[in-house]
Amino acid sequence: MQDFGQAFTLAFQLIVSADPTLSEIILLSLRVSLSAVTIASVIGLSIGATVGILRFPGRGALIVFLNALMGLPPVVVGLLVYMTLSHAGPLGWLHLLYSPTAMIVAQTILVTPIIASLSRQVIEDLYREYREQFLSLGVPPKTAVAALLWDARYSLLTVALAGFGRAVAEVGAVIIVGGNIKHVTRVMTTAIALETSKGDLALALALGLILILIALSVNTTVSLLRLSASNSAYA
Amino acid sequence: MRHYPTPRLWCVRIVLSLTLGLLLSGISQAEERFIILQSTTSTQNSGLFDAILPRFQTQTGIEVRVVAVGTGQALKNARNGDGDLLLVHAKPEEEAFVAEGWGVKRYDVMSNDFVIVGSADDPAGIAGMQEAGAVLRKIAQIQGAFISRGDESGTHKKERALWKIAAVDPLKASGTWYREAGAGMGATLNTAVGMRAYTLTDRGTWLSFRNKADYTILVEGDPKLFNQYGVILVNPAKHPHVKADLGQQFIDWLVGPEGQSLIAGYTIAGQPLFFPNAPGG
Amino acid sequence: MPSDLRPERVLTDAAQPLFPLNVHQLVYTAGTQRLIDGIDLALEQDSRTIIMGPNGAGKSLLLRLLHGLLTPTEGEIRWGETPRMDQARQRQALVFQRPVLLRRSVGANLRFALKLRRYTRAEREERLRHILELANLSHLVDRPARVLSQGEQQRVAIARALVLEPEVLLLDEPTVSLDPASVEVIEELILAAHRRGTKIILVTHDRGQARRLADEIVFLEQGRIVEHSPALQLFQQAGQPQGVAPTKHIPSPLEGEG
Repeated sequence: MQDFGQAFTLAFQLIVSADPTLSEIILLSLRVSLSAVTIASVIGLSIGATVGILRFPGRGALIVFLNALMGLPPVVVGLLVYMTLSHAGPLGWLHLLYSPTAMIVAQTILVTPIIASLSRQVIEDLYREYREQFLSLGVPPKTAVAALLWDARYSLLTVALAGFGRAVAEVGAVIIVGGNIKHVTRVMTTAIALETSKGDLALALALGLILILIALSVNTTVSLLRLSASNSAYA
Repeated sequence: MRHYPTPRLWCVRIVLSLTLGLLLSGISQAEERFIILQSTTSTQNSGLFDAILPRFQTQTGIEVRVVAVGTGQALKNARNGDGDLLLVHAKPEEEAFVAEGWGVKRYDVMSNDFVIVGSADDPAGIAGMQEAGAVLRKIAQIQGAFISRGDESGTHKKERALWKIAAVDPLKASGTWYREAGAGMGATLNTAVGMRAYTLTDRGTWLSFRNKADYTILVEGDPKLFNQYGVILVNPAKHPHVKADLGQQFIDWLVGPEGQSLIAGYTIAGQPLFFPNAPGG
Repeated sequence: MPSDLRPERVLTDAAQPLFPLNVHQLVYTAGTQRLIDGIDLALEQDSRTIIMGPNGAGKSLLLRLLHGLLTPTEGEIRWGETPRMDQARQRQALVFQRPVLLRRSVGANLRFALKLRRYTRAEREERLRHILELANLSHLVDRPARVLSQGEQQRVAIARALVLEPEVLLLDEPTVSLDPASVEVIEELILAAHRRGTKIILVTHDRGQARRLADEIVFLEQGRIVEHSPALQLFQQAGQPQGVAPTKHIPSPLEGEG
């Protein structure tokens, strides 16, 4: 297939020419997915820390439930958010359907279980190590949670990255609640889906290559951050 | 007061301000001058909107946001009030939509035609046949692979009407030679090419489709393959938030001389994709 | 009492003495096993108490029970007239065999502990500076704690324990597999703390260490106390504590069931 070579050339051309439509799509992808991950981190870390530290009845079942939610199909989430935000739905009066905000909401729902579940594991492991020392020192619960989150910050950053990877790569949810509207809600994945359906496989693949580049650069940034940190105060 | 390490504080602050900022930015978007047009994948994939909508926006300052789904889903979304306008191609359903009060009035906009495409080797030997019903009957007879949209779209509804004319019930063969893709027009064409199957497509999508391989139009020209597009304003009596003024402005433009001539002028490789046929245009 | 590190204690119930420590018929079971099997023990404030015994005798368990990290299955632990274990624990510090240090710098580890008490910022920094000097850690203050050597890490852990001026310092085999220089610094820190009035309770396998640090020795075997005597008496009797073993039927750690 000559499409592969063509795709690489096209991807290169698109990047070099700094195509304004493409930059718009990339920026929207980043804005939507980073926002979703930020919000999901606030919610997910709270859940992860609570479940990781506290022991309560039904905890095991909750962990299994959270783990299962990690596999939520994006289309289902998209459908649920569509039905909620639709003008005929309960939150229709917010007029959020077909907006980036709706896409952020959908991706937040997708990513929160991932962050909650993985951070629960990270925090639980760290807490097992710190528990007796904290008890001995008389660390109050709020301080203990803050210390665990802070000391696990780089592992938790990796958790957030996993969430970002899921968010930026999914198409099923954002295409339903965003509508893939040009200049408004078109992101990398929905643009790829559109070009594929137009049969322009080379362009679709070129966009895919650029998406991989974006994911790669976000991951590299975080890795460098982590590396420089482990050279200073973290080990 | 205990003094917590400062890093935690600024973390919390950054997260909070980011969240707030994002939420506000989402809300402010709702105040621009735009209308939402529920339309079909075939229209979007044809590239027509990219060709004509920028002109409308320059003239009026109204942005038309196109949501491209199957006709069935577009009708459903419009019923839910998730759109100001509907531009689809399934006349009976559109008329029912208006009759039930969901739409204000239906206007003819343009037409093109459906064609049956297939690989060059054409196992059923349908190339050049005139009558669509006979073509489908022949494909069924040799159990030649046929991909259906299978998504309640306008194209799908047309295809089912053609099977009725052919007096064949393809659903009995679903999963064997008759395959339902459940996808948009472009995705279905990709699948057909991949499986070397026949399929029914609108001419607009076909002309703009880039992954044709050795596929060509085998059957065209039967009046039964006619494909009419209509535009409808969603009824503000049902959904008060519908931007009736802006929507009607778009309809008037689209069926008026300007819109009609732009539609006529949209070609790929010298071939027009749509033929404007609004009564007043 | 030397005034160099003595703080004005800001503890709510500082008036209630922690001593004598009275342990009565203490039992701790895990499943069907009685890991601590009816211990009676009385300890005074002044002495350095060394707990010895073979592996699995329950030494670490006893230490954790005394510190209130574990709840006894049966029996009672009373720290003087202090009614609650968590109140008593606030006035103690425990140093674990494997130091548990935060993923931060040496200084941040100590500041974390200091911030748990109501010291002013100036007091915190003064105490920090002083204890780092004492533990010979001043040059490491900005280093990540967890990349230090084992010996340095344990010194950080002990410094963190001492910087809060505990009335009781409990140590669970703090010098196992450390370099001799670190062992020396750590033993000096323990002795210095004792000179300032801190009660020392230390679990060790190391007879040399016991000899250097002990005022009294508690011998544990299979969850029971088999010997509790002044160190002087024991060491004079036989030169080495295991000298008493045959008459008291204390097996060496390697011997198994006696």
